[in-house]
Amino acid sequence: MSDNKVKNEKKKRKIEEGLAIFVFLLPGLLLFVSILIAPIAVSVYRSMYDWNGFSEGTFIGFDNYIELFTNGSIKFMNSLKNSLILAFFSVFIQLPLALGLALILGRRESRKERAFLSIFFMPVLISTVVIGQLWLKIYNPDYGILNRFLDAVHLSSWKHVWVGDIKTALGSIIVPTVWQYVGYHMLLMYAGVKGVDIDLREAAMLDGATKWQVDRYVVIPIIKPILRVSVIFAVTGSLKTYDLVRILTEGGPFQSTEVPSTLLENMLFLRNRYGMGSTISVMLILLCFAFALLITAAFREKDV
Amino acid sequence: MESYTLKEENPVIKIIIDVFLVIWAIINLFPIYFMFTFSLKSNEEIFGENIIGLPKEWLWSNYTTALHTGNMGLYFFNSILVTTLAIAISIMAAMMACYAITRIKWRFSRLTNAFFMLGLTIPIQASIVPVYVVMSRAHWLNKYSTLIIPYSAFALSMAILICTGFMSEIPYALDEAARIDGCGLFRTFFTIILPLMKPAVSTVGIYSYLQCWNEFMFANVFISDSAHRTLPVGIKALSGQHTTDWGPIGAALVIATFPTLIVYLFLSRKIQASFIAGAVKG
Repeated sequence: MSDNKVKNEKKKRKIEEGLAIFVFLLPGLLLFVSILIAPIAVSVYRSMYDWNGFSEGTFIGFDNYIELFTNGSIKFMNSLKNSLILAFFSVFIQLPLALGLALILGRRESRKERAFLSIFFMPVLISTVVIGQLWLKIYNPDYGILNRFLDAVHLSSWKHVWVGDIKTALGSIIVPTVWQYVGYHMLLMYAGVKGVDIDLREAAMLDGATKWQVDRYVVIPIIKPILRVSVIFAVTGSLKTYDLVRILTEGGPFQSTEVPSTLLENMLFLRNRYGMGSTISVMLILLCFAFALLITAAFREKDV
Repeated sequence: MESYTLKEENPVIKIIIDVFLVIWAIINLFPIYFMFTFSLKSNEEIFGENIIGLPKEWLWSNYTTALHTGNMGLYFFNSILVTTLAIAISIMAAMMACYAITRIKWRFSRLTNAFFMLGLTIPIQASIVPVYVVMSRAHWLNKYSTLIIPYSAFALSMAILICTGFMSEIPYALDEAARIDGCGLFRTFFTIILPLMKPAVSTVGIYSYLQCWNEFMFANVFISDSAHRTLPVGIKALSGQHTTDWGPIGAALVIATFPTLIVYLFLSRKIQASFIAGAVKG
C-alpha cells in the first residue's frame, strides 16, 4: 500500500520534471533553433543552389563552391587574403602588444595600474561604426589630421588619399582594427596574469629571476590557455570583420578591400545571388571552425 | 655568481616603460577627446587652424542639428528599446534554460548545454541569408522585433554560459529544502533561484548590452527605413547626408558613445569583470 504510494509519488515527480524541463527549455530552444541552427541548415542546403531568393532555384551541387574559388570576378580569394592579412597583424602586432601591457600592469596593483587598465580598455566600449567615422575624419585627404600632420612636419610627399588609394586602403582598415581591440585582449590576459599565484612569483624572484624572466618562464606558461583563446578570437574576428570595411572603404577602391562579409552582403543586394551568398556563409563557418581547431592543435603541440 | 637577493629593476627601463604607458594612454584617449572637441566646432575651425585644440566657440547647436535634422534622438530611443528588450528576452530564456540544465537531473542535460554552446563559435553571418529571406517574405523587415529577436538569439549562448557558472554555485540544499516544504519546480525557480541570480543578470546584461548597442551588420542589412534605425545605422546615414558638415556628425558620435563611457567611469571594474566572464571559457 505505502509502497504503491511512494511509486505514485515518484511517477508524479518524473512527470513534473519532464514538464518543467520542456517548459524551461522552450523559449531558449525556440530562439536558438529558429535564428541560428535552422538558418545554418538552410544555408548549407541553399549553398548548392543557383537561387535569387524568391524563385525555387535550381540545384547545381558544388558549383557555387567551385566558382567561389575559381571565378576571379567574385573576388573571394582576394577577400580571404585581406582577412588573413588582418589576422596576421592581429596575432603578431595586437596580441604581443596586449600581452606586454598585461604583464607590465599585472606586476603591481596600485591606483596607477588600475587607471591605465581602465583607459586602455576604453576603445573596446566604443562602437566600431563610431571608430570608423572618427578615423574617416583622421584620414580625410584635405582636412584630416594625418595629412595635415604630415604637412606640418614637411613630409607632404607621404600624403595619401588614405582610404581611397589602392596602396593604403587596406592598411587604413588594419590600423584602427588592431588598435581598437588591444585593450580587449589585454584585459583577458591581465585577468590571467592576476590569477598567477603570488607565491610562485616570489619563489622565482628569490631564486634570482628578473621580472622579465618571471614573466617569461612562470607567468606566460600559466596563462597559455588564455593566449589560445585570444589567438582564436583574433583570427576568427578577422575572418568575420565587416563594420570598419563598410564604414571606411565600402570594399573599394576597385573592390581591393572586400572581406568575405561585405562580399556576402553584395551577393544579396547587388547581385541577387542568394545561393552564392549562402555559400560564402557556409565557408565562413567552416573557416572559423577550422582555424579554431588548428590553433588549438598548435597550442597543444607546443606543450609537449 | 648570482646572489639570492631580489633584483632591482633598472631605473632607465622603468622610465621607458612609464613613458610608453603614458603614450599608449594618450593614443587611447585622443579619439574620445577629438570626437568631443570637433562636435562643438564649426567647419571654419575644423578646416582652419584649430583642428585639435579646444573649440574657441562652443557650438552646442551642432547637437540640436544632430538631434533634430539628424534624428539622433529617435535613433537613441530605438537603440535603447531594441537593446533592453533583446537583453531581457535573452536573460530570461537563458535563466530558464540554465535551470533545466543545471538544477534538474536528466539524461540529456549535458548534451543540451553543449548544443547551446555551439552558438559561441557560430558567426552571425552564418544565418543572415536565410533569416533575411524568411523575414522579407513574412514582411517582417523594418520593425523593432526584426532586430530584437535575432539579437536575443545571438546573446543567448553567452548568457547561458555565464548563468551556468553562477547557478551551479547556488547550493543544491536550497532546492531540496524547498522541495520538502512542498515547493514545486516552477515556484522554486521563480521564488528561490531567480532572486539569487542578480549578480549574473548584471554580468550578462553588461556584456550583451555592448554587443547589441554597437551591432551594425544585422541592423544595416535588416533596417532600411529611418523610423527603426539604431544608432550605428543612423550615424552611417547621417554621415552620408552631412559629408561636409563635421560638427553634427561629431555630436552624433558623442551622443552614441558618451552614455556608455560615463557609465564605465563609475562601473569600470564591474564592466571589465563581465568581459572577462564572457571570454574565459574552457
